[in-house]
Amino acid sequence: MEWFNVLIQGSLLGGIYALFAIGLSMSFGIMRLVNIAHGDLIVLSAYAALVITDSTGVDPFSSLVIVVPVMFAVGYALQRGLLNFTLSGGLLPPLLVTFGISVIIQNGLLQIFGAYDHRLQGGAVETAALHFPAGISIGVYPLMVFAVAAVAIGCLQLLFYRTRIGRAFRAVSDDADTAELMGIDNLKLYALALGIAMIFTAIAGVLFAIRTIFDPAAGPIRLILAFEAVIIGGLGSMWGTLIGGMVLGIAQSLGAALNPTWQILAGHVAFLIILIIRPSGLFPRTRD
Amino acid sequence: MSLLQTNNLSAFYGDFQALFDINVTVEQGETVAIIGANGAGKTTFLRSVAGVLHTVPEAVAFDDQPIGGKTPHEIVQLGIAMVPEGRRLFPSLSVEENLLLGTHSERSGPWNLNRVYELFPRIRDLRHLPAPSLSGGQQQMAAIGRALMSNPRLLLCDELSLGLAPVVIRDIYDCLKLIAAEGTTVVLVEQDINRALDASARFYCFQEGRMALNAPTKDFDRATITAAYFGM
Repeated sequence: MEWFNVLIQGSLLGGIYALFAIGLSMSFGIMRLVNIAHGDLIVLSAYAALVITDSTGVDPFSSLVIVVPVMFAVGYALQRGLLNFTLSGGLLPPLLVTFGISVIIQNGLLQIFGAYDHRLQGGAVETAALHFPAGISIGVYPLMVFAVAAVAIGCLQLLFYRTRIGRAFRAVSDDADTAELMGIDNLKLYALALGIAMIFTAIAGVLFAIRTIFDPAAGPIRLILAFEAVIIGGLGSMWGTLIGGMVLGIAQSLGAALNPTWQILAGHVAFLIILIIRPSGLFPRTRD
Repeated sequence: MSLLQTNNLSAFYGDFQALFDINVTVEQGETVAIIGANGAGKTTFLRSVAGVLHTVPEAVAFDDQPIGGKTPHEIVQLGIAMVPEGRRLFPSLSVEENLLLGTHSERSGPWNLNRVYELFPRIRDLRHLPAPSLSGGQQQMAAIGRALMSNPRLLLCDELSLGLAPVVIRDIYDCLKLIAAEGTTVVLVEQDINRALDASARFYCFQEGRMALNAPTKDFDRATITAAYFGM
C-alpha cells in the first residue's frame, strides 16, 4: 500500500512538470524553437505574481488575472521583435539568443530582487488533504495542480483540433513554407504561438511558486524538468507531455521512497533510460 | 491591361542566377503554359511570382501593381494562388482541413467547400481522411482545391502531371478547363509538352533560365519547339 501511495503522489507531482513543459512543447512543435529561457520565463512569472501579491495583498491565484495577460504580451513581443529573426538560420541562432535571454532574465531578477528565496502564500489550500482508507492521503493542492495541467492540455487539444487558428498551427508545424504559400502569415502566427505558450508558462510559474521556494537562479532546473517531460512524452504530443510529467514524478517519488537523497537523481535516470529505449519518446507526433 | 506581367525578371539562388530577363505577359482569363526541360527555370519563375523568391518590386506586376518583394501570404491575399510541385498537402491535416487552409487569405468569390467537392466529387467521400492516405491523383485534386479555396484570380500550377497515370492526368486537365471557364486565369508549368499545349492558348518555352520561344499554341511546328526546348 505504501508503493501505491508513492505511485499516486508521483503522478500528481507530474502535473506541475507537465505545466512546465506545455510552453516548451508548443514552441518546439510549432516553430522548432528550443527555448533555453523557458525556465527563466517560468520564474519571471513567479516574480510578477510576487510583486502583485506584495503590493496589492491579493492571493497568488487572483494575481493570475494580471500575470497571464502580461506574460502573453511578453511572449508575443519576444517572438515578434526578436525570435522571428533567428528562425531562418537553423537550430543554433535561436538556441544562442534564448540562452542570452535566460542570462538577462536571471541577472535582471538578481539585480532587482536580490538572491533571497521567495515563496507565494497560497493559503489554507496548501495544507488541505483528502483522506482515503488504507492510510492514503492526497493533498488538495497537488490534486488541483494536476487538474489544472489536465484541463490546460485538454483546452490546447481543442484549440489545435477544433479551431481555425489551431489548424493553421498544425499546418505551419507540418510545412511552414507551404503554409505561407496558402496565405498564412507565419511570423504573426509564431508570435501568437509563443504568446499562448506563455499563458501556460505563467500559470505554471505561479502554481510552482506556491509550492516551492524560488530565487532568480531557479529557472534552469525547471527548464530541464520541462525538457525531460517533453522528451519522455514524445515531441509534439500534448497528452504525451502530461504522461511524461507523470513518469518523471513517479520516478522521483520512487527514488525518494527508497532514499530521500535519490529523488532528483531518480527522475533523471528514468529520463535517460527512456531516451535509450525509446529515443523519440512514448507518444511521438512531430514529423521533421 | 495585363493581369500578370514580368519585366526583365531575374532570380537568384544565392550567387547562382536561375532566371535572366524574363518577360511574360498573361491576360485576364487566358491559360498560358510554360514549358521547358529540367532546370529551365519554370518552377523558379512561379516561385518568383508567388513571392517565395525575392525580386525587385518592378520585376513582377499584378493588375498593374508592382508585387515583387512582397511576402507569399500578401501575394495570396492579392489573388495569386499556387498549386505547388509535388502537391505539398499538410500530412497531419485531414483532406477537408487542407482545403480549409486555403481560406486563410479571406478572399471572397465563387469557390467554397461545396463547389470544390462538386468539381472533384471523389474528394468529398474522402474528406475526413488524413491527406497522405489519398492516391496521387486525389492528392493533386485536393491541392488544386486548396488553392481554389483562396478564390484566386490567377492560379499557378506547377507540374500537375508529375507522377500520375495518364488517365488521371486527363481527368485533372479536364477539371482545369472547367476552372478556366469560371474566368480564372491559369499559368501552367509542365514538362509534358503535349498536355501543356493542349490545355493552353499560348505558351512560353524556357531554356536554361532564358526565354527561348513565345508563341500561340495553334500555329507552332514541332521542330521549332524541339529546338527551343533543347537548344539545338
